[in-house]
This record gives sequence, C-alpha cells and structure tokens, in this order.
Amino acid sequence: MNIQIRFFASVREALGTAQEGVDLPEHVHTVGEVRDFLRQRGGVWAEVLAEGRALRMAYNQQMAGVATPVAEGGEVAFFPPVTGG
Amino acid sequence: MPIHIQTEDFDLSTEVARLRANQPQVGAVVAFVGTVRDMNEGDAVASMELEHYPGMTEKSLQAIVDQARARWDLIDVLVIHRVGPLKPLDQIVLVAVTSRHRGEAFAACEFIMDYLKTQAPFWKKEQTAQGARWVDARVADDEAMARWGISSGQPGTDSAIGLPPEELG
Repeated sequence: MNIQIRFFASVREALGTAQEGVDLPEHVHTVGEVRDFLRQRGGVWAEVLAEGRALRMAYNQQMAGVATPVAEGGEVAFFPPVTGG
Repeated sequence: MPIHIQTEDFDLSTEVARLRANQPQVGAVVAFVGTVRDMNEGDAVASMELEHYPGMTEKSLQAIVDQARARWDLIDVLVIHRVGPLKPLDQIVLVAVTSRHRGEAFAACEFIMDYLKTQAPFWKKEQTAQGARWVDARVADDEAMARWGISSGQPGTDSAIGLPPEELG
C-alpha cells in the first residue's frame, strides 16, 4: 500500500523532510502502525516519533488517533501540538 | 461563512461591514482580533513565522464553524487567519460572528477562538535574541477548550498523548 506522509513545523525541521511517498509493508494498517514503521528507521526518526512525545497525527487532513485505519493513496501527517491564533 | 488563510493584513471595519451588509436581521456583531505580542515567556520577540497545513487548515476551520453553528443560532461567521512572516503589533487572526442577539455572538466567538487554538493546524516560530524557537502549546488553551466540554487531545497535558479520534472531540 502506497501513502503520502507529511511533516510540519518542528517535526519537519527535525526530520529534514516535509513530504514523502512510502510503500508500506503488509502488516501496517493504522496511523499508529505507520508511526511505528517510520520509527524503525532509527536515529532522529526514533527520537522524533517516539511514544510519549508530544505529537499529533492526521489522516486525510483530519485529526487522527493511533487506531485510525489508513488506505491506499491516503495522506498521513505528523506534527507538534498546534499554536495558532 | 467565509474562511480565509492569507499572508495579507485585514481591516476590521471593512470585514465587519461586509459581513453584515444587507443582513437587517443582525442585532449583534462580536469580533475578536489576535495580535503579535513583543514578549513571550520572558523573551523579546523580534518576529515570527506562521506555518500551516494547507487543505487541513481550511477543513478544520470549517468544522469548527459548523460546530459553533450547531450550538448557537448564528447568522454568519468570518474567520481570517494570517500565515507567513509577522512582527509585533501585527494582526494574526480575526473571528467575527453575527447573530440576532448578543449572547449567541459572544459565546460563539469565544468558542471558535478556543477551538482554533487547539485544533487548527497552525504553528508559530519566534525569532528572539536567543535564536529561533517553535512556540509550545499552552495548557491554558486546553483548559479553555475543556470549558466547552471538549477534550483538545493536545499533548502536553497528562491524558492527551496519542488519543484515539473519538476522544479528540
């Protein structure tokens, strides 16, 4: 399954990338599993996406939780708590 | 129900006049303008950059306005949020609400701002004498949100890390 992954603000800066297309392994079905999968890259990925880090997730441009399912062509985003207004 | 994400400044009088033009049923207009402060957490702020998530930003603001309209009897709502480089004294955000009576407009305007602070994907990066830094989310904003019976799902509070969507309100 192919999805787009986007990163914003401090997460984008720490990872050094804003967007990438990723071909997910078969066992990855949820936003939380995408996060786990990316964390396995190690280094800064393991650090920035670590469990317990203040991180928000979105799927197809709506706030999502770890259990939110992902589908072919979907868009997952990771970013810090929002600070607009 | 206009929602605008823009780099340009806005004029409060012009926007309010446009919002209530030809709407004689309007009896109340409440507007909130957020501006850039020159101090944050004890440091002088020289300038800031506002980043957002194009697409999701508009969707989330629309969802916020829809929730306000479901709660209160409103005539119209306008949200303008600026992005890009900003400096102290600049206007950042305008929320204007029209209704028949003031109670609805006051409540809805505050609700929309509280909701926006914790749910709309904007991020501020400040330039200070100590260098650039991303602004941290404030617990006070989550508490403001909780008054409306909604958990923000913003990390930084004990219960908010990795919440499933049904707990995000």
